[in-house]
Amino acid sequence: MTERIEKLKSQSMSAVPHIDISRAKLFTEAYKLFEGAVSVPVLRAKAFYHYMENKPLYIGDGELIIGEKGSSPQAAPTFPELCCHTVEDLNIMDSREKISFKVSGETKRMQAEEIIPFWEKRSMRTRIFQNLDDEWKACYGAGLFTEFMEQRGPGHTVGGGVFYKKGFLQLKDEIQSEIAALDFLSDRDALTKREQLKAMAIACDAIMLYAKRNHDFALDKAREEPDPARKAELLKIAENCAVVPANAPKNFWQALQMYWFVHIGVTTELNPWDAFSPGRLDQHIYPFYKADVQSGELDEEKALELLECLWVKFNNQPAPPKVGITLKESSTYTDFANINTGGISPDGSDGVNDVSYLILRCMDEMKLLQPSSNVQISRKNPQKFLLEACKIARKGWGQPAFYNTEAIVSELLNAGKTIEDARKGGSSGCVETGCFGNEAYILTGYFNIPKVLEITLNNGFDPISSQQLGPKTGRAEDFKSYGELMEAFKTQMNHFLDIKIRGNHIIEKLYAENMPVPFLSCVVNDCIKKGKDYNAGGARYNTNYIQGVGIGTVTDSLSAIKFNVFDNKNFSMNELTDALKRDFEGCERIYRLVTDRTPKYGNDDDYADEIMKSVFRIFRDSVTGRPNIKGGSYRIDMLPTTCHVYFGEVLGASANGRKKGKPVSEGISPDKGADRKGPTAVLKSCSKMDHLSTGGTLLNQKFTPSVVEGETGLLQLANLIRAYFNMDGHHIQFNVVDRQTLIDAQNDPEGTKDLIVRVAGYSDYFHNLSRTLQDEIIERTEQSFC
Amino acid sequence: MKKACVIDIQRYCIHDGDGIRTTVFFKGCPLRCVWCHNPESMNFEPQLLYSREKCGLCLLCKKACPISCIETGPNGVLTQPGCTGCGGCVDVCPNGAREIAGKSCSAQDILNELDKDAMFYEQSGGGVTLSGGEALAQDADFLEELLKGCKKRGFHVSIDTSGQAPWSKFERVIPYTDVFLYDIKLMDGERHKKYTGSGNELILSNLTKLSETGAKIYIRLPLIEGINCSDEDMNEILRFLKGINVQRVYLLPYHKIGSHKREKLGLEEAATDMAPPDRERLERIKGNFEQNGFDARIGG
Repeated sequence: MTERIEKLKSQSMSAVPHIDISRAKLFTEAYKLFEGAVSVPVLRAKAFYHYMENKPLYIGDGELIIGEKGSSPQAAPTFPELCCHTVEDLNIMDSREKISFKVSGETKRMQAEEIIPFWEKRSMRTRIFQNLDDEWKACYGAGLFTEFMEQRGPGHTVGGGVFYKKGFLQLKDEIQSEIAALDFLSDRDALTKREQLKAMAIACDAIMLYAKRNHDFALDKAREEPDPARKAELLKIAENCAVVPANAPKNFWQALQMYWFVHIGVTTELNPWDAFSPGRLDQHIYPFYKADVQSGELDEEKALELLECLWVKFNNQPAPPKVGITLKESSTYTDFANINTGGISPDGSDGVNDVSYLILRCMDEMKLLQPSSNVQISRKNPQKFLLEACKIARKGWGQPAFYNTEAIVSELLNAGKTIEDARKGGSSGCVETGCFGNEAYILTGYFNIPKVLEITLNNGFDPISSQQLGPKTGRAEDFKSYGELMEAFKTQMNHFLDIKIRGNHIIEKLYAENMPVPFLSCVVNDCIKKGKDYNAGGARYNTNYIQGVGIGTVTDSLSAIKFNVFDNKNFSMNELTDALKRDFEGCERIYRLVTDRTPKYGNDDDYADEIMKSVFRIFRDSVTGRPNIKGGSYRIDMLPTTCHVYFGEVLGASANGRKKGKPVSEGISPDKGADRKGPTAVLKSCSKMDHLSTGGTLLNQKFTPSVVEGETGLLQLANLIRAYFNMDGHHIQFNVVDRQTLIDAQNDPEGTKDLIVRVAGYSDYFHNLSRTLQDEIIERTEQSFC
Repeated sequence: MKKACVIDIQRYCIHDGDGIRTTVFFKGCPLRCVWCHNPESMNFEPQLLYSREKCGLCLLCKKACPISCIETGPNGVLTQPGCTGCGGCVDVCPNGAREIAGKSCSAQDILNELDKDAMFYEQSGGGVTLSGGEALAQDADFLEELLKGCKKRGFHVSIDTSGQAPWSKFERVIPYTDVFLYDIKLMDGERHKKYTGSGNELILSNLTKLSETGAKIYIRLPLIEGINCSDEDMNEILRFLKGINVQRVYLLPYHKIGSHKREKLGLEEAATDMAPPDRERLERIKGNFEQNGFDARIGG
């Protein structure tokens, strides 16, 4: 790593996340100036233009890629038109222990005097809650589902290849041509389209103006710069800003700068979920790399340094500050800009190139939380690429995650995409599948599957919030068979998904009408051609996702009921519901039967895995194919972010022995401590789910360093991935835990039951080992780091 | 149908030979090595394991025992001789302090479990390992049925053996076995008897014969400082190995895993002075084998 990168990285990591009020201030000014005088899309575009015209500029010492969302690294702009924070919200953000943001006194004053009075009664958050009915609010409050759009804009899109080939001058030309071609005689939407297209043209001007300001700023800095080397760099930066984003990039450096300008534009116009991402970065920039290396303008080390400068830029941007339930479901600074490396090319051939390996090096050297880095592994990719990625993964900080290219392509084809669009796609955010550059795939909220079972067992009543939330599908004690229970469960599932999706339709419409994103619409196909906004269905594909959480917990709970109440009559339903009410206090026999003597998901045991499949089918079939209001339809994901913790908080004890308030299982991983047969059994169980009918699934695996050390450990890690992907697994990531984790595990044996350690000729669960042996392994683990 | 007592079928074993393997640990062994790290695999019958650490002294087990052979003592709730391994006390224990080691399995039961990781063997060039206890102490017809089943499925098979078995047993399994993991503990017969309970004549003669059949052999050497890894011990082994044909040599430094298991079985503590050779010495032993043309590896 060069000295420059070391400095930029350490600055990025040490800067304190803080609220930057300038965006809120400028957008408010613009709304005051233009609202009512122009159409909504044009208003949004003018506000964006006003912001780009006046936003603070920043070029840090040594930076080669420039542009910040705020006035310095770790500045977080706010979006009062979506969520107007109260002064109390700001105080909490300022002081909370986790995911805090510093807020200056001046910012608080400005918020109180200028922002709140204007936005308080009209922010999207206020309007959304005004428009949703009491039933929705009751279920939301009880934690049956979360709502993504109450504080952040509809997101989940990833850059395609368009802006590496076309500058914004050309995009603006295309927009003008579309306006000129509008048919006001027979197209009754012509006016709506014209306003949208006008807005998009203004957005193009806005980003070009921002670059022009940066150009002048860099020249000013260059004039004052005493160091000739830095002076030359600043002149080069100014030159880059004169080319991009108005024109297509001419070289590698400009290609990265182009991406970053677009990133800043998309993520400050509004704050879409999961930010924005360059997606298949290695494929997009490889042609520039190749040409520059051939011409002698660039070498590998210089290219790496430029990439690392871009990495720093991602890490400089904390996710927009969240509050309330939205904070709980995504309690992190990470904004999930997720870069896909490897995979296949649009023509179906092996997509790994020299830049792919360069990105692996960059990932390894930078070890940054952001951007989220992953590799797509296709059966066509060379083994060397997989092994290089495994070498980084086994270092244990969770990156890169591994995605299955063939599964992604199949998932997209199953959702009706063309083969070429599917091959250009990938996974973003956590694991969500989409057609990069062509699709709006909106995550709408997490869905608490174990909560549905709790309500089913209570005849539609939620014992935690003490309300009748669901229909009366029968008392648990009266179910004569497991089949009757499942019928009731299915009815409840459909009921709550109806409520969730009805709410989604309202929210989607509110965004389509009030919060168009003309800038994002310029870079997503086919918004220009359709004259339609990204938030109104302008993209080629429009998918809505609902993310299921807790499949492991609910599977094991149903297994506990089927196995003990119906099949083996170890205890009655009455005894079980009583034990759940008592949180298993004084019910040791039942507790032991359900925790230790019941088939569980994650052990390659068909008894439990068949239950998982049936729950999965009920959830999937309740969601998949329902229409959204943008002409697309719904699909499911199986991922939690941090929502499995929140969903556990609102849930009483579960039949699998999970105590009240404890987290539910995450992703498609088995519940904590349920899997006892090692990683191959987990992968087998997980692969019994029909991944290809989802939009992505998430699987975490934990190892100690000794399981993956040496040639053997590395090779078998790669083989595990290949075998899982041969079985259509969508995604897997690895935690390789260190000594401290083991010490913590000693102190919390219940919470770390799934920790696998290599003992001698075999591996075992850490909690299974005696204290003495644990001590020995802790020592051994430390040695393995030497 | 013949059955065998199995302690565990462990998936994702990656250090016992090639690829990702499933290892079957059979119960029962003719040797009594003082350093044994799987003492629960010595007897052929199911056995009760008891964890003092987990025990809450509630005595539900005592009430549940149909033959009243559970007594309280200074070391917790102990099972007296006469226990049939029925498992009645295991089911009632609220803390999971009691478990039964060993389960009677047919060849088909085992094959069903082995089938589960077939795609992992294929992907990694792995397969199945029969270990123990002593795999070759199991019934020959049973072993043949199991091995035929493995071969029918195309599984690569390793047998991990102490070599302490009649040659006729070897003859039955050789046609179906791809690799023998073969332990040598000591060349000195008397000390061998002292530390394992048996002499080593049969072990060494079987190894020589096995080598003559052209079988693929990976030698495994458990190394316990002060007992069997002096320079002289190592040189003797080296001389012997040079006279036969082996493909690899694994050096297995002693570890204390067995001690807590001995405690669970209610066995006396093993000698406390046993230790692995230090790293430097281990490397020297490895180097010595390598200089003599062997593919030597540490661990496994």
